[in-house]
Amino acid sequence: MWGRDAGLREPYRNFHAWFDQEDPKRLRAKNREAEDLFRLTGITFNVYGRSEAEERLIPFDIIPRIISGSEWAKLSRGIDQRVRAINAFLHDIYHTQEIVKAGRIPKEMIARNEAFLPHMIGVDVPGGVYTHIVGIDLVRTGPGEFFVLEDNARTPSGVSYMLENRETMLQMFPELFSKNRVQPVQHYPIDLRRSLAACAPKAAGANPTVAVLTPGIYNSAYFEHAFLADQMGVELVEGHDLRVVDGRVAMRTTHGYKAIDVLYRRVDDDFLDPLNFNPESQLGVPGIMDVYRAGGITIANAPGTGISDDKAIYSYMPEIVEFYTGERPLLQNVPTHRCSEPDALAYVLDNLEDLVVKEVHGSGGYGMLIGPTATRKDLAAFRRKLKARPKNYIAQPTLSLSTVPIFAQKGLAPRHVDLRPFVLVSPDGIKITPGGLTRVALKKGSLVVNSSQGGGTKDTWVLEE
Amino acid sequence: MLGKTANGLYWMYRYMERAENAARLIETGQRIALTRLNQTDKEWASVLRSGDCLQGYTATHDEMSRDLAVDWMLRSKDNPSSVVSSINAARLNARLVRTAITGEVWEAVNSAYMTLKKALGRKVSERELPSVLRLIRHHAALVRGVTHGTMLRNEIYDFARLGTFLERADNTARILDVKYYVLLPSARSVGSSIDNVQWESILRSVSARGGFRMEYGAGGGPREIADFLILDKRMPRSLAFCAGELSTNLGFLAKGGDVGQASRNKVRALENGLLSKSIDDIFRHGLHEFLQTTLKDLTAISRQIEEEFRFYA
Repeated sequence: MWGRDAGLREPYRNFHAWFDQEDPKRLRAKNREAEDLFRLTGITFNVYGRSEAEERLIPFDIIPRIISGSEWAKLSRGIDQRVRAINAFLHDIYHTQEIVKAGRIPKEMIARNEAFLPHMIGVDVPGGVYTHIVGIDLVRTGPGEFFVLEDNARTPSGVSYMLENRETMLQMFPELFSKNRVQPVQHYPIDLRRSLAACAPKAAGANPTVAVLTPGIYNSAYFEHAFLADQMGVELVEGHDLRVVDGRVAMRTTHGYKAIDVLYRRVDDDFLDPLNFNPESQLGVPGIMDVYRAGGITIANAPGTGISDDKAIYSYMPEIVEFYTGERPLLQNVPTHRCSEPDALAYVLDNLEDLVVKEVHGSGGYGMLIGPTATRKDLAAFRRKLKARPKNYIAQPTLSLSTVPIFAQKGLAPRHVDLRPFVLVSPDGIKITPGGLTRVALKKGSLVVNSSQGGGTKDTWVLEE
Repeated sequence: MLGKTANGLYWMYRYMERAENAARLIETGQRIALTRLNQTDKEWASVLRSGDCLQGYTATHDEMSRDLAVDWMLRSKDNPSSVVSSINAARLNARLVRTAITGEVWEAVNSAYMTLKKALGRKVSERELPSVLRLIRHHAALVRGVTHGTMLRNEIYDFARLGTFLERADNTARILDVKYYVLLPSARSVGSSIDNVQWESILRSVSARGGFRMEYGAGGGPREIADFLILDKRMPRSLAFCAGELSTNLGFLAKGGDVGQASRNKVRALENGLLSKSIDDIFRHGLHEFLQTTLKDLTAISRQIEEEFRFYA
């Protein structure tokens, strides 16, 4: 909210004037009201590993994160460029691998990568689109300065929070939206449906049938799956509702089996098809990969996109962007030390207390080390892990992240945030919803924003220019 | 619509109806217990039997008492037909079919779940019981109301209605069957206060007391009560009314196709059976036998619907 010189930043001016006149007691009551609203609408996530499936709320903070129109425009150009590059990269990697031939990425980074899916070699995906939905995790370090923390090109989640957080703010503080010209996000589900339909395979008719595939009611993101299907007006299916019928993937309806053209799957690659991948999977559809390869269905996102958001590949993103777009990358990468390289490993071991170390295939903020806040015991443990399996890790410097205030017990208090904008890709182009999911580390000084570890969310405003 | 979704809708509404019926049965039992000081334990056994949960109760309890019976019907997680179990199952199914119901219906079900989870979180004292039972009925009414007011009249609605009326018909038939002997002409002892209480308890269990009085004034005996609850098409909990609703909704579902015809035929047979009979015919052939056949028919109809509309496979 405040710049480095401690002055109020322009996009927050209107909001701050409003906030100053508000009674903190009323706001606190509003905060509780928001929680009740979330519980009633069922915006909860399930916690794994509990005997009784427990539903929890992700804490919501009523202070919006505000981004100016011009800053957003600049950011969008960078996201657009990066997403184009990711799709071109995926096509290349599963076809002729020009980038490897050109010596820009070492061959073993692809061939030995667990996220590389040999089943996808030579497959021409419908509409040429691999990543129909992308979430790019960013942090802001200063005016107009964003770094990409991570690309999410498999099945990025959290978009329901972007929509429901806005809905909640609109219900609680309508007056704020008449004073601030906030760009809307509510059209996302319709855009998503259009975008998915535009990627339908040749086998589809004029009005493609779209469905959302969920692992089921006990999945931690079930609410989001149901929410998106509901908002798009399409069926929410599970593996046992589907079967291959006459060369198409079809769902069991009350009046027989009906073919699906586009499947927005929220099931990981490994569980998608017990005949082709994990034979134990109950969540997928036996034979769907064969239908897919024959052009009978669109799977969104395409299987095998994990190779592009792998943390080891991440460090090559600047090269990837340049190679495929012929442009300088507009978004910066956090400088990354690949521990698989001996020099880098030596550096990381020497400077561990200043670095963030992540597992190459990890997610959810688990299995990582934050040097500056780690205990001596943690540091020693990680040194051992690094020496034992250096390939498994990358390391990055801690950035001086900008903060956004939250509404804490004693009024406003600064906390670290990240931002995940959502991007839709179709043959018609790339669409970025103005806003996204802002996750906030609610604990003072913490850098971990993951909901599984005490993070919360905020509404994200992009103002009109 | 997905077969799984039809299944979820059907059971969501069956369980909502079941929760409400259980609350009504408890209320009736409680009233009898308060007005008749003797024989109350026997009365609770009959209440449990009406709620189809006597077997489970006797398997887990050594004695019959008001407290235990009420708790079993209200809060027990071991009793699949208790209010808590029913509301949990209704909400689980509502989550499954979240995309088929309106946001308002989901919120009504979720709010029923959240409120009742709190209200039934610990043992309900005799003093609190009336207000807790009111709360259950209130929430069930809310779900029914938003369903009526916000849902499209399409096949989604039809499956919701099928669930509601199969459960309701089953419930009415069971209540009548448990008490059938007090309705028999042979048991008729006009003016005896015992029978008045019994008759009234039957009417109360299906919320028919007001309607019956409106229709028959201070008169009317067991024959009229049986007629009212079995054959009167204006009474929304009578077997004839429920059969009519089932027939109408299956008619919509089976329109212009083969799917649904077998279920429809079964319901039509039930409906015609009710329309062609007078209450005296039913008494002549045996009320108990008639109700037993009806319960069997309802089970067969439910099976046929599940199979024909591909609920499971």
